[in-house]
Parts: sequence; structure tokens; C-alpha cells
Amino acid sequence: MAALPLARPRWPVPIAPETDVSRGSCFMATLESQSKYPAPPRRAAPRPGWRRLAAGAAVPLSLLAGLAAWEAIVRLNQLPAFMLPGPVVVWRRLLEVLAGGWLLWHAGITLGEILGGLALGVAGATLVGYGVSKSPALDHVLTPYIVASQAVPIVAIAPLLVLWFGVGLRSKVLICALIVFFPVLINTVVGLRSVEPDLRDMLRTLRATRRQTFAKLEVPAALPVWLGGLRVGATLAVIGAVVGEFVGADRGLGFLINFGRGQYDTALVLVASGALVAIALALYGLVAACERVLLAWRA
Amino acid sequence: MTISLKPRPAPAPVSAQSHAPILAAEQLSYTYPGRGYDPVHALERISLAVAPREFVCVVGPSGCGKSTLLRLLAALLHPTAGQVLFEGQPLLEPRHRIGFVFQKANLMPWRTVLANVQLPLELQGLPQAPARQRAQELIDLVGLAGFEHARPRGLSGGMEQRVAIARALVHNPDVLLLDEPFGALDALTRERMGAELLRIWQARTKTVVMVTHSIPEALLLADRVLVLSPRPGRVRLALEVPLPRPRHRDMEYSPEFAALARQVRETIEAA
Repeated sequence: MAALPLARPRWPVPIAPETDVSRGSCFMATLESQSKYPAPPRRAAPRPGWRRLAAGAAVPLSLLAGLAAWEAIVRLNQLPAFMLPGPVVVWRRLLEVLAGGWLLWHAGITLGEILGGLALGVAGATLVGYGVSKSPALDHVLTPYIVASQAVPIVAIAPLLVLWFGVGLRSKVLICALIVFFPVLINTVVGLRSVEPDLRDMLRTLRATRRQTFAKLEVPAALPVWLGGLRVGATLAVIGAVVGEFVGADRGLGFLINFGRGQYDTALVLVASGALVAIALALYGLVAACERVLLAWRA
Repeated sequence: MTISLKPRPAPAPVSAQSHAPILAAEQLSYTYPGRGYDPVHALERISLAVAPREFVCVVGPSGCGKSTLLRLLAALLHPTAGQVLFEGQPLLEPRHRIGFVFQKANLMPWRTVLANVQLPLELQGLPQAPARQRAQELIDLVGLAGFEHARPRGLSGGMEQRVAIARALVHNPDVLLLDEPFGALDALTRERMGAELLRIWQARTKTVVMVTHSIPEALLLADRVLVLSPRPGRVRLALEVPLPRPRHRDMEYSPEFAALARQVRETIEAA
């Protein structure tokens, strides 16, 4: 490998005089100072009007450019629609399946699987995570299984789950739950372990019960990290549902993609994929909105 | 229970012998179990008695087990030998009547100042309205009126520690244990907070045991100063502070004060 002289750190790194090393690492000191004081405004001078306009138009313009490039590739190469349909063709197909009502029907099926799996996975992971964070023995016993379940790719177990639980809703919900489980579990454990021991002691001096410690300290303290796990889990659940539907299903967006592929209806594949992206974005946005409401104190 | 905010007339210095002790340690030892290293004998057969309404400061070199002693007195730790007596009864678990202020303010960042101060009452199941009123009185007492709805991260270190003191006092404990509450503050804020604490103590008359490593702070605040030896901690010197009350910062410049400070310092250094 070629040497990267620019990336090589130059030791010793000089410590800034204002960094209080005695109170922890310099890194901690920086974090603390960041959390304590609002960041100074980035740019004091307002931008000229036309530049602000350009910044606002950047996203739609880039989207438009992308669509134009897409159409150009299709036309210049004279690609047949089953290889790559142009944006106009895909748009028309979208309107067709929307009008037929079946895009929404399939999307509803998939959304149901995702939400069911998410609920099951999040509930299970949170419960197990709470147990693991409280009991070293449980941690010891469960950790190998949990890690092993992650080492096996979901596409390898999905056919088995479909075999055992049928091609219906149940197997999809289980696959979703399984894929959601790990990130939520890890974040639950990390979140609960991040609760400051001094705050626990403080509650002990006030004779807080176990339930009070849970409700007034552990839940709010672990919430930011737990919600981070939920954010990852929500997007993974979409993948879980599609994997399940690929393996064996007669409905859902994953089935629609498979069906479209079999019919060389590439426009349908793209439409269904777009619907999946929309679901993932909506779920992610929902979790982000929850974060904004629940973690308003951090603003 | 009502909270009187009126400062009572200058309290006479209370000597340890005048009352039955409210809090006492008998032959208290504590050893931290070593994990992968030798066990640490933090305290070795410490005995002390604190009279009701007495203000005791514990000083000593760092690492002599001052904080351990305070945690034992709060029953946050259980002694390896000996016992803690609260009003003559063995103290086996934390009590509502013993308040504790930590070195760090230990506020919940998701709660406002008011909600933080209200926490002890909330845990005791007091209804919202009276709890809120009591919390407000304490916030006024520590001089934070107007900051009720601020979040801890918007406060300075001194203000955070005031909130912590208000929280420790809100459920009206009889004993207040303070573990270097001003240790993380700069010297000027620290002096001001000491004066504030004295004012609060005079207004509310609690029994106070405070760990500090500032000798002037100890002498200015306490009726009695206990000097601990280095690990394992033992009481080297129990010094009555004969300075009259109310105390004032100017007393620091009196020859009497200097002599006391010197005695404490020499005891610490001889140890």
C-alpha cells in the first residue's frame, strides 16, 4: 500500500492551553464545552439573494438533472424498456398501478408486516436489553446466542422461517422482528449502562423504589440512545419484510418486485422499489419526529 | 411542616458534648474489595459523633477516605466493620432525613430547575401543587428565582450546585451531608457559595457534615473541624472552632484564624 503522508498523525499532538486535561481527556473537555454553550453563529453576513435562491433550488435542480441524465442514457443507448425504462415510462406505470388500487394494497400488506415486526422486535429487544443490562448472569448466558443470531445472514434463515411459519403474515413479521432485534437490543443495553452511577446514588439517598428509578431515571436517560436504535431498526425492518416476501409470498411490495422481474416489467420493479423507499423514509421521519418531541430538552 | 425563610437570630455555637449525637460513627472501617489489585483500606476504625445542629467539616489529604466516610454516613456504602448510628439506632439504609449533596451537582438534564428541586417530594408522593410550592420556596432560598424553567445545561457550575442544595433541602432533612460540593467551582464562586451555605444553614438550622479540602472554608463554616490522616483514614485532630457567629469572610485575616489554619495545616502535613 502506498504511504499516505498527509493522513499520518503527527505526534505528539499539542494540547491547547485552554484544555483542562485534569478533568478527563481533552476529548471529554471538548464535548462538555460543546454541550454547555451554544455554538457561535456560523456565518454572520447574510448571503446575497441570488445565492440563497441557488441554494434553495439545488435539490430540485439536481433531481431534474438526474432524471434528464436517466432519460438521455435510455435514449442514446436505445435501451429496451425491460432493461431500463425511462422516467416517463416509470411515471406512467406508477399512475397505472395507483389507479388500479393494487400498489396501495400491496404497500399496505408490507407496511403491516413492517409495523408488526417492528413492534415485536422492539418490545422483545427492549425487554431482553433491560434484563441483560441489569443481570451480568443473563448477559453471560444470552450474549453468545445474540451474537450468533447476528452472524447468520437474514437471507439464510428467512427460507427456514417461511418453511416453519408459512408464506403468510407470521413469517414476515418474525423476519422483521429478528432483523430489528439486534440494533435495538444493543442500544437499549448501551443506553441503560450510560446512566450515571452518581444519579443512581442520588436516587438511593432519596429512597427511590426500583420502579421510580426506572421511570424517572433509566427511561429518560436511556431514551436518546434507544431512539437511535429504533431509527436503525425502522429502516432495517423494511429490508426484513422484502427479504421475507422474496422468499415466499403472494402479496406485498417484495412480491410485486419479484412478479415484475418475472414479467420483465422493469417499470413495475422500479415503482415498487420507490414505494419501499417511501415507506422507509416515512418511518425514519416518524422516529426523527418522536426524537424531536421527546428529546426537546437537548435542544 | 412549614418552611421558615426568616433567618433565625445568630445561633450560638453548639459544642458536640451538649446534646446526644444525632449521627455517630463507631469504630467504622471500610475496605474497597480489590479487583485484580490489592484491597484498599480506605478507613480504619473511625469514631465520631455529630450533635444536632452542629456544623462539622472533614478535611484531609486527598485519597484519605473523606468521601468514603460521608457515603458510609449516608448508608450509600456499608461498613466492613463498625456501625453508623442515627439517633442512636444503627443506620442500615439511606433515610429521607439525611440529605446528600454530591461533588457534581447531579441534576437530571431533562428536567427543569423546578422539576429537579421537586424530585424528592415527587418520589415521596406529595401532590403536585404543594410540591411545586415547596420547591419554589427553596429555589428562592438559594437565590435562583427566575430560573425555575431553565434547564441545567443553561446554568453555570455555581448555579447548578445551588439547585443541588435546594433539592437536598426540599424535603426538609435533619442532616445534610455535603461531599466537596464546591470542589469543582472556581475560587471566587466557591467563597460566595460558602457564604450562601452559611446563610442557608443559619436560616434552616440543619446538622451539617461537609467534606472539603479547603482549610479556610472549613474554619469559616464549621463548629468543629475533623482532620483525617492519609489512608487508612483516622481522625487525627478534632478542632473546635471558637470563632463567634455570625461569621464573616473578614475573619480570615484575624490572627486567631491564622493560628487555627496553621494548626490544621500542620496536622495534615505531619500525617
